[in-house]
Amino acid sequence: MSISRRGFLGAAGLSALALASKSTLDALGFEAAPQEPTSAAAGTRWAMVVDPRKCLDQGDCTKCIEACDYAHNVPHITNPAHEVKWIWKEPFEDAFPFLEVDYAPEAFREQPVMVLCNHCDNAPCVRVCPTQATWKRDDGIVMMDWHRCIGCRYCMAACPYGSRSFNWGDPRPAMASLNPDYPTRTKGVVEKCTFCEERLAVGQRPACVDACPARALVFGNLDDPEGEVRSLLRARFAVRRKAELGTGPAVYYLV
Amino acid sequence: MRDRYVILAALVLFFVLVTAPVWYARAAGEKAGGPDVKLPTQEKACVMPVDYMRTSHMDLLISWRERVVRENIRTWTAPDGTVYTVSLSGTCLKCHTNKAEFCDRCHDYAGVTPYCWDCHVDPAAIARSRP
Repeated sequence: MSISRRGFLGAAGLSALALASKSTLDALGFEAAPQEPTSAAAGTRWAMVVDPRKCLDQGDCTKCIEACDYAHNVPHITNPAHEVKWIWKEPFEDAFPFLEVDYAPEAFREQPVMVLCNHCDNAPCVRVCPTQATWKRDDGIVMMDWHRCIGCRYCMAACPYGSRSFNWGDPRPAMASLNPDYPTRTKGVVEKCTFCEERLAVGQRPACVDACPARALVFGNLDDPEGEVRSLLRARFAVRRKAELGTGPAVYYLV
Repeated sequence: MRDRYVILAALVLFFVLVTAPVWYARAAGEKAGGPDVKLPTQEKACVMPVDYMRTSHMDLLISWRERVVRENIRTWTAPDGTVYTVSLSGTCLKCHTNKAEFCDRCHDYAGVTPYCWDCHVDPAAIARSRP
């Protein structure tokens, strides 16, 4: 079979168009398969359940924040533009801006809610990181490699929860006491909650969960149907922060 | 080429001047010494042979780092079968208790400034700074 010059050029053009359209579709985000698996292959998907009512009953308690800050050498910076936060209190209406409750009393809207990194199934921060300094582990943790972070702060722009903080300066002077078992960060690096992966690795629960006197924070495996997290979610109605955005957060708030 | 001798004389002078420090040290009887590192006294062997550690400890540390941070593998088996916990502050500095007289002295001698300690903590230094 012979091929005419005209036929050859036509086929070549169509092939080039097909190749180009694939990279265009990829760039626009229409991948054939999702970038990250939504469930863990190993059968572990770490998640947290927060009971805001139990937390509120404790008044001004900040034990979980203190435990986390010491465990991870989180600096205490008073300037709100530069502060570094892993777990902190956010007013209800800021934590849940889509849960508009028109006639709720002002006092209720300003009640503090414990917020932290949601370790999303489809984490926007992971998608935008140009160096893969942040990535999704098989057990659901959105992990960070501070060695690899170049401080571009794309992840901070992408995170809809404000869960990430940037070190504008050397954080060490802002630490009252250093935990020798955990590194600090350095200037120019983004940091956030890691679900205490270093404690999980040695069979401990996260520091905030262990520190809570009211057991308002429950941590467990979402893939275990008989686990504490799943039985709580079966027994009571729970909401997640901005789940409408499709991020698939793994921190649940009991109503 | 009438100035051949001038050029040759200048070349000899240049060579003598450039190598002057060597001749000076030779004349004064000084010997080039290595860094004066303090080795741990309570332990006899490192995780790998000394020659390997001297030349390639940075490669080992980077592979340790990748294993822990990115693969969540926290133990490392040495060629002799010993299993170590992978930790710079916890395992390396457990024996090399004096970072200033071991790590820093050699790094200063070699003129390198690794940024490990920008983040990683020297537990002994913290213990000393505590009242």
